[in-house]
Formats: sequence, C-alpha cells, structure tokens
Amino acid sequence: MSEPNGRGDRALLEVRDLTVHHGQLRALDHVSLQVYPGEVYAIIGANGAGKSTLLRTIAGLHHPTEGSITYDGKDVTRVRPERRATGGIAMVPEGRRLFGSLTVEENLQVGATHARKGPWTIERVYELFGWMKERRNQRTAQLSGGEQQSVAIGRALVANPRVLLLDELSLGLAPVVVQRIYAMLPEILAAGLTVLLVEQDVSQALRVATHLQCLLEGHTTLEGRPSDVTPAQVEAAYFGLAGAAAGPPGEESEPLWRGSTTSSRGS
Amino acid sequence: MAWVNDIIQGILIGGLYALFACGLSLMFGVMKVVNLAHGDLAIIGGYIAVGVITITHIPVLWSFLIVVPLMALLGYVLQRTVIQASLDRSILTTLLVTFGLSVVIENGLLQFVNADSHSLGVGNAIITSSFSIGSQIIIPYLLLLIFAVAVVVLLGLQYFLSASRYGRLIRAVADDKEAAQLSGVDYRHVFGIAAAIAFGTVALAGIAYGMYSQFSPTTGTDTILLFAFAAVVIGGLGSLWGTLLGGVVLGVAQAIGAQINSSDQLLAGYIVFLAVLVFRPQGLVARGAQS
Amino acid sequence: MSVATETAARSAGDYRVTRSRRNVAWTGLGALVVVVVLALFPYVFGPGTTTIMVQGFIILTLASMWNLLAGYAGLVSVGQQAFVGLGAYFVLILNIHNLSMFTALPIAAVGCGVAALPMWWLVSRLRSGYFAIATWVLATTVLLIIEKFPSIGGGTGLSLPHTPNLSTAVLEAYTYWIGLAVTVVALIAVYLLLRGRLGLVLTAVRDDEVAARSSGARVGLARMLVFVVAGIGCGAAGALLAVSQLIVQPSAVFSVQWTAEMAFAVIIGGLGTIEGPILGTIVYMILQQTLASYNAWYLIILGLVAMVIAIFARRGLWGLVDDHLHVRLFPVGYWLWAPGSNGRRGVIPRRGGRHS
Repeated sequence: MSEPNGRGDRALLEVRDLTVHHGQLRALDHVSLQVYPGEVYAIIGANGAGKSTLLRTIAGLHHPTEGSITYDGKDVTRVRPERRATGGIAMVPEGRRLFGSLTVEENLQVGATHARKGPWTIERVYELFGWMKERRNQRTAQLSGGEQQSVAIGRALVANPRVLLLDELSLGLAPVVVQRIYAMLPEILAAGLTVLLVEQDVSQALRVATHLQCLLEGHTTLEGRPSDVTPAQVEAAYFGLAGAAAGPPGEESEPLWRGSTTSSRGS
Repeated sequence: MAWVNDIIQGILIGGLYALFACGLSLMFGVMKVVNLAHGDLAIIGGYIAVGVITITHIPVLWSFLIVVPLMALLGYVLQRTVIQASLDRSILTTLLVTFGLSVVIENGLLQFVNADSHSLGVGNAIITSSFSIGSQIIIPYLLLLIFAVAVVVLLGLQYFLSASRYGRLIRAVADDKEAAQLSGVDYRHVFGIAAAIAFGTVALAGIAYGMYSQFSPTTGTDTILLFAFAAVVIGGLGSLWGTLLGGVVLGVAQAIGAQINSSDQLLAGYIVFLAVLVFRPQGLVARGAQS
Repeated sequence: MSVATETAARSAGDYRVTRSRRNVAWTGLGALVVVVVLALFPYVFGPGTTTIMVQGFIILTLASMWNLLAGYAGLVSVGQQAFVGLGAYFVLILNIHNLSMFTALPIAAVGCGVAALPMWWLVSRLRSGYFAIATWVLATTVLLIIEKFPSIGGGTGLSLPHTPNLSTAVLEAYTYWIGLAVTVVALIAVYLLLRGRLGLVLTAVRDDEVAARSSGARVGLARMLVFVVAGIGCGAAGALLAVSQLIVQPSAVFSVQWTAEMAFAVIIGGLGTIEGPILGTIVYMILQQTLASYNAWYLIILGLVAMVIAIFARRGLWGLVDDHLHVRLFPVGYWLWAPGSNGRRGVIPRRGGRHS
C-alpha cells in the first residue's frame, strides 16, 4: 500500500501489475502507477511501447489479463467503460474520435449526456476555446486537426470528470497547434482535475508533467519527477539502450531509475 | 393514359415501401446489422393485428395503437439479447442468426397459423373507395392514406434523429460506438432503442400492407424483405428521404413492368435493384460523409 | 538481453514447417472403407432407404459448398438456390433434347460453373450484408426469368421426358451411385482445394485481408474460384435433384429453403471446418426423418439450434469435438516446429480481449 510520500494521502487512480494482451502479443507487462489528485502524470515511450494500451485499459476499452485498476478506492477492473466514464474518468482518445456527422455543439451535448455536477458546461468550453462558439453548428468532420482536438477535449470536459485521460494529443498536429493546446492545460487543471496523459513528444510531456513514467515494449523503464531525471536517463529509458539494467521481458522488471526517493512503488 | 394512373399508384405505393425500408436502414446504419428477418417482422405485425382485432374488436385502423408499441418492445428485447450476442461475435454471425430467425418465424407461422392468405379488411367505407381525377386516374383513398402516413412517419423519424437527445445518441453511436462509451453512453441501450424504432415502423408498414393487400406466412421473405432492401439500396443508405425516393423508384419500376407484361411487375423491380447494386451501390442519393 | 541478440535468435532458418501427414493416411483408408460400404447399400437396402440417402447426398454436397463459401471465403450467400435450380433445369433441357439424364448431370454442373461467372461479376464488389441480399435477388430474378419459358414448364414445371427404361429398383440404384459419386467428388475437391494454395490464401484473408493482399495473395481470384466451384457443386446437387425426382418445378428447385437447409447443416456441424458439413448433414437428416410427420417443425428446430450454435459455439458440433479431442480427420493445416524442439507445439491459448 502507499506510504506517506508528500503526494497526498490516497492515490486517485492506481494501477497494479497490469498485464494486457492483444491476442497473443503482450502489450503491457506488469505495469504499475499511482496518480494523486491534482497531478499531471505523463506516460512517455516510443511507438508500440504500450502507452495507448495502458490508457485504453484504464478507460475500460481493453480487458487486462492480470492486474487491477483502482479508482477512488474502488476496484474498477471489471467495470464497463461507460460506467467508468460516468464515475469520473473521461478520456480524450487517440485520433480525436469525434462524431463526424454531428456538429460541434452536438458532440459537446453527447459528452454532457451523463455529466456529473461540476464547473464545466458547454458555455464554459466555448469560453475556453474562443473560436468554438461561432462555429458550433459546423459538422466536426469539416474542422482542422487542432480544432477537432479542442472539441474532443471539450467533449471530455463537459462530463466534469475527476480524472482526464489524454491520449497522444500531439498526434498529427503541427507543433504550434500542439503548444497552444497544451497551454490550455493550466486552466483545465485550475478547476481541480487530475490528468494522466500519454505523449510521444517527450519535451512537451516534460514541460507539463508533475510525474512521469517511461514505457518500453510494455514494461516500465523509468519513473519519477521531471526535475529528478536527466535527458540522458530519459533517452536511455526511451530507447532501451545498452547500460540499461532491465531484465528479460516477462519478469517483473525494476525501473531503470527511480527519481524521487520518497515515491514508493506499490509492492 | 392508363399508364399515368399506374405510375401515380406506383409513386404512392413507394411510400409503403419506404416505410418498410426505414427500419432496415436504421438497423444497418446504426448497428451494421443486416436483418434478414425484417420482412417477417412486418408479417408478424400483421398477424398480431389480426389477433388483436379478433379479440378486442377495435377498428382495423386503430389496431396499430396496440401492435406498434408491442413490436417496439419486442425489438428492444430481441436486440439486447439475441442480436447483441451475435454482434459481439461478428457480422457474419448476425447474418446467420437473422437468417435463422427468418426461417424460424416463417415456419412457426406456417405451423400455428394456416398457410392461407390473410387480409386485414378495412371496415370504413370511405377508405375503400377512390377518388378520380379526370376520367382515367383513379386513386384509392387507402393508398393515399398509406402514403401520407409513410411521409408523416419519415418526417417524424427525421426530426427525432436530428433534434432529440436520443436521436443524437443514435447518430453518435452510429459514428463511433467506442467514443460514445467514453462519454458515458451505453451503446447497447441505444442499439435497443434503434431496434425498437425499426420493429415499430415495420409493424406499422405490415398493418398497412395487410389493409391494402394480402399476406401469408411467406410474404415476409417473398416480397417485403426484397422490397425493403431495394428501397434502401436504390435510395442510398443514410438518408431517410433517399429511402422514400428509393421506394418510389421501385414502385414506378414495378408499375412500368406491369404495363409491359402483367407478370413482369416483380421482375422489373428486381432488375432495377440489381442494376443499382452493380453500377451505383451507394444509391441514387449518396450521402458524402457517411456510408 | 539486448535487442540485437534477441532478433538474431528469432531468425527463420531455425524453424521448420511441415504438413500434417500421419492423419491423412488413416482418414483416407477410413473414407475408402466408408465409400465402399455405402456403395453396397443398393444391394442390401430397398429404394425407400436409398432415396433418403440420395437426399442426404444432395444436402451434404450443398453443405460442403456453402461451407466453402461462408466458412472459408467469408461469402455468405443466401442465393445458392439459383445454382440448384439451374442445375436441375440444365438436366431438364438436355433431357428434352434426348440426352440421358445421367450423362446430363456432369454437363449441368459445368454449365452452372459457367453461369457463375457473370453472376460473380454482378456481386463481387459487394460486402457481407449487401452480398447476401444481392445473391438472393439474383436467385429470385433467375427464377422469374425461367418461369417465363413454357417450353420448359413455365410456372408449373415439367417432368423429365426421356427417362431410362429401367425398373424402379435399378433406376434408384443408379441414381444412388451417381449421387454417391457426386458427393465423394465434391468432398475430395473441397479438401484438395483447401489443402492447396487456395486454402492458404483464404485463411490469410480470414485473418487479415489487408495483410494478405499486400503479401501478394490474389484475393479476388481466390474468391471468384470459390464462387465458381460452389456454383458447380450446387449445380451438381440440383442436377442430382432432378434425376432423383424425375420432375423439375421452379418453386421447388429455386426455393430459398435449400439455402436454409445447407446453411443450418453447416452451422450446426461446424462452420469453417471440413468435417463440419458431414456432421451437420447427419444431424439434419436425423432431425428431418424423425420429425417428418410434423411438417415445418424440423425447420423450426433446426433454425433455433443453428442460431444458438452460431452464437455460442462458433465452430459448431465438430468444433466442440475438435476442441476437446484435438482430432482432425481432414487436416489442412501446418505444424510449426521451434528450433531444437521435438514435440508438437500446441496452440497458444488466446488471452485478453476487448472489454466492450
């Protein structure tokens, strides 16, 4: 169990020894993490490392072979995705996945269908993204990538989640657009959200994260605070370079580097 | 000028075909389910109406008040149980299961109801009569009523889909059911609603068909299913007005076929259907963004 | 272990691929015995039994064809009755022109294969549901067109005009043997096709069509071949039907009930397995004979059972047998031998799955 570590008394979202298979391929191998309220926890790693699988399993779209997911103290490993969403875990999926034939406003309305009580409303989303209100009756299939990403974030926000899962926000977007979107993050967090994000753009992730974990071929190679890791360590963990003392895949592997001496890893 | 009369009647019967087709189109558009038992469901609606009328003696025209909600409920239950279970396996399985359902329904009807044709006689004298335009064009009121009902139902359905909360959910789930789950929507329930609408409309169409013509246990697959499919394919998936157009084109093709040779009525319709399938499978009214 | 050395260890040269050999010899012997026994039936049993057996042959041939289409090529056709009818009518037409009905049978089968080509052109670009409906419409259209020709019976049908001058028993026996021959040829043809390159291509497509295409598999050609073969097979079954009934009626030979029967037999027996249609036909015939006096009941029960099996036991009754006993009578697969291993590598169980 978690010991007092300066991060809060109880993890809002806890994943323990999660193992996920896609058919015969093992995508995740005994991955664990804890996200405390108010944190921005970033998962980084190369393509195919298992980052999106991790997020999707937390959201409920994949069934783990082993391991557990605990949200707000309750075991949600077997809970259906829509029940997790109404319980306060909202995901902005990879590739936006908007409802293409619906308008911007309709997309937000669907997001608000089973919304919890909270500060986020459709109006507030319009305030956050200034351009949205006047284009609200446009079909989302006609928007640009960055605009779609904003709508997707808005759709997740109006449900008033407690944990926001962001899957590869930067995918397919120009760097300028990506920066603009990540610049919104503080305002989103100010309302009391916790964010777990997956990002291929490591520098972007390091800029916004309060904690990070690096995955390689389904297992954890690095874990800690951005302030405690050096670029060289991140690079080694990202690519699994020689000198990395990770054991053969399949065994529970120790992370290469544990950044903060006070963060504990669930036993 | 007798053929003008036939063309007009062909157009009007197209409304009935469209009413048959809209449920099929909905189930395919939303859940990707090709319901091979769709025609048989219309016939079941007809037989339930016969039973209801026999028991309660309500006028034929009001039988739909009981039959349609009953069939809608049946649709929801069937979707949540049998159809969802086969969807979870694969699209192939749903084809096999709905085909099996069709055979079971037909043979079940043959077993329990005799194989003769039935007709829902229409009691009201005004409805059975016709009005004339000029000396050559005679249009039965019943046909006009059916066309009007079809248009009203299609309008209502269009409005429901575009403006109501559940309509929005249906469209969202049709676009991306996983993303809908992430927004807290149980898509199985939404599928159930879509199936309920499909079953309800096809039952209404079955009653209308029973008033206008005769049906027997095999009419579902002999006639109705192929007509419904033809209307959907010709008109194009994804558009209710396309379905109306498809129904009208089918009706007119059949009318022209009947003019050429009275036994070629069905054949003409099928040839047009095949032609569209081969040369323009997306239909005459192709919706760009959605297929 | 570093990434580099791991990759080296996985080099292809250390693995071996073999065909399953051992089973085939035994099965072949067993099949030969069965065929010989069956061939002796007319000497032992009277026309009553052999007529029923002929019905079984028809269903078995149809079922193995439908299995090829739906179970291996992924083509769910609800219109195979078109070929059943065409096969029957080819025999009728040839017989009207003084050809013996027995000689007409193989010609009718080939004729159906030829007829399958333009039909394939019409429906080949369609997918699943649309394909199913298109085949159904096609079959209905063929029926309507044929009914317009009074010379072959119009809407009511026609008896074969030139039947051989033989006693009933002998006629039945000849019909029986030709039926047995048709079925044996059909099963062997399907087995050989699936054991060869076609089978590989179809299995690859079944797993991942895009990957199969990009590795060069001629997917369209494979599917067309399957459709034509199924056309020939169903046509042969239809020709057999004409020979056994001695009369050809359009509503009977073009009935969609044929598709229902072949589909149910395959689903219950095991879709996508070669042994499935055999098992399914046996189940079907048993049900049909025991419930024969109850009219439509056997179809209702068959349909319900098929639905349940389609949902809960994808690979049918044979699949259940196979899962528990690991038996393959007609092996078409390959064994993968890992480097340095002696024993057989079993199937790695699938783990995980989607949660939606």
